[in-house]
Amino acid sequence: MIILHDIHKSFGIQKVLDGFSLDIPTGRITAIIGPSGEGKSVLLKHIIGLLQPDSGMIKVDGESILGLRGSPLNRIREKFGMLFQNAALFDSMTVFENVAFPLQEKTTLGKAEIRKRVLSVLENVGLKNVEHKFPDELSGGMKKRVGLARAVVLSPKIILFDEPTTGLDPISTRTIHNLIRETHAKFGFTAVIVSHEIPEIFDIAHNVAMLFRGRILQQGTPDEIMNSTHPAVKQFINGSLDGPIHMM
Amino acid sequence: MCVLVQAIGHFTIGYVRDLGRMGRFLLKSFYMIACHPGNPRTILKQMRFIGTKSLFVVVLTAAFTGMVLGLQGYYSLAKFGSEGMLGTAVALSLIRELGPVLSALMVTGRAGSAITAEIGIMRISEQIDALETMALDPFKYLVTPKFIAAVISLPLLCAIFDVVGIYGGWLVGVKLLGVNPGAYFYEMEKSVVWRDIYSGIIKSLSFGMIIAWVGCYKGYFAGHGAEGVSRATTESVVLTSITILIWDYFLTSILL
Repeated sequence: MIILHDIHKSFGIQKVLDGFSLDIPTGRITAIIGPSGEGKSVLLKHIIGLLQPDSGMIKVDGESILGLRGSPLNRIREKFGMLFQNAALFDSMTVFENVAFPLQEKTTLGKAEIRKRVLSVLENVGLKNVEHKFPDELSGGMKKRVGLARAVVLSPKIILFDEPTTGLDPISTRTIHNLIRETHAKFGFTAVIVSHEIPEIFDIAHNVAMLFRGRILQQGTPDEIMNSTHPAVKQFINGSLDGPIHMM
Repeated sequence: MCVLVQAIGHFTIGYVRDLGRMGRFLLKSFYMIACHPGNPRTILKQMRFIGTKSLFVVVLTAAFTGMVLGLQGYYSLAKFGSEGMLGTAVALSLIRELGPVLSALMVTGRAGSAITAEIGIMRISEQIDALETMALDPFKYLVTPKFIAAVISLPLLCAIFDVVGIYGGWLVGVKLLGVNPGAYFYEMEKSVVWRDIYSGIIKSLSFGMIIAWVGCYKGYFAGHGAEGVSRATTESVVLTSITILIWDYFLTSILL
């Protein structure tokens, strides 16, 4: 269980998180939706300790991660995998080396075993015969799949997905969503997905929370959010220009 | 008036904070070198990049620096009728001063800027964040191998610079201007002492450290986007060059 309580975070004069609270249940897929620029990526970076809040409490499996550095923080981070918005693949390494890297650094597995695992994970995400390519030779969708393979290769307990399908065509989006659902069914990790893909994200999420003006506006099951009567939630889901959310 | 005081205060606080962060970065680099020096293959790869690939530019600079020293030294020494001392003048200038400083400045322009750009791009494309989320310390992969490689490569490049420079001076002094070849090398051998050589080596070692330190630091804390990386790269080259020249003065006054 990940508990975020009353998180405040500002960058200069810009307040990004303003009393944000959310409980993320273990073994479920939680989707965080909300307009662009509302601090969803910032929120994920708080969960994994890349950013520290100005105030508030963050607990991962009952352990507070506030103020942690070095090995205590790394011990908690070992529970996590993360798929970044632009995949953040190491551009000087091939696809194979990218996925093998966590295994080489965090396990004592031999070369043959690492090779077997990497190829199997790549196959699971639908990638074959690309292991010798470099990230800049791949399409956006393929990069995200390699990022997903790298995130799951150590079988982490929690995986954070930062806009896993942004910028992809509808078929690639569906493919990535299916992959998340299938890998989740197989490994049973806790997933936190930041996404704009409405309504597709409702098909794979167990819980949905909407972030607006630095806090959670509403949370519930996908059905509850889809049938919400809250004006801002309704406006966001319908993509309407009229309502409390003003983008300009 | 109030705005001016505020601006000065803002600048000073920012400057002091930056200095503190640089100091902490250096201390952490030392700690990581002692505890996790990194993969020997990565260090060799970095030595190839910082050292071997700088050879051409270093040799070229050394040859022409030695040749200019030969010309200028001959011009000055001829006024006192001491052309025979040309070897000494060229060798001491190169070994004590120009070898370490010019080789370091060449490596700064070639490799220091590339170090900053590489780490800066990794920062803005979240590759450094990705390492951290894997519970891996980015210093082990990005900083320590470059530190070790630079500290090993610089004295070697400096030694090559000295030798090529001395032959550059010989070419102009002996072959072009007619200085006695025996005198050129004999006087050099007589006056260059071990102390001159190790002061050059100490300088090179510390310059190697400065190049890696500033280069890595500026890249690691690069700002946003392509503009942030380009600014970091420029700042890195300027700051490294200035630091090398200032540090050179203090080191010379200690080692003299």
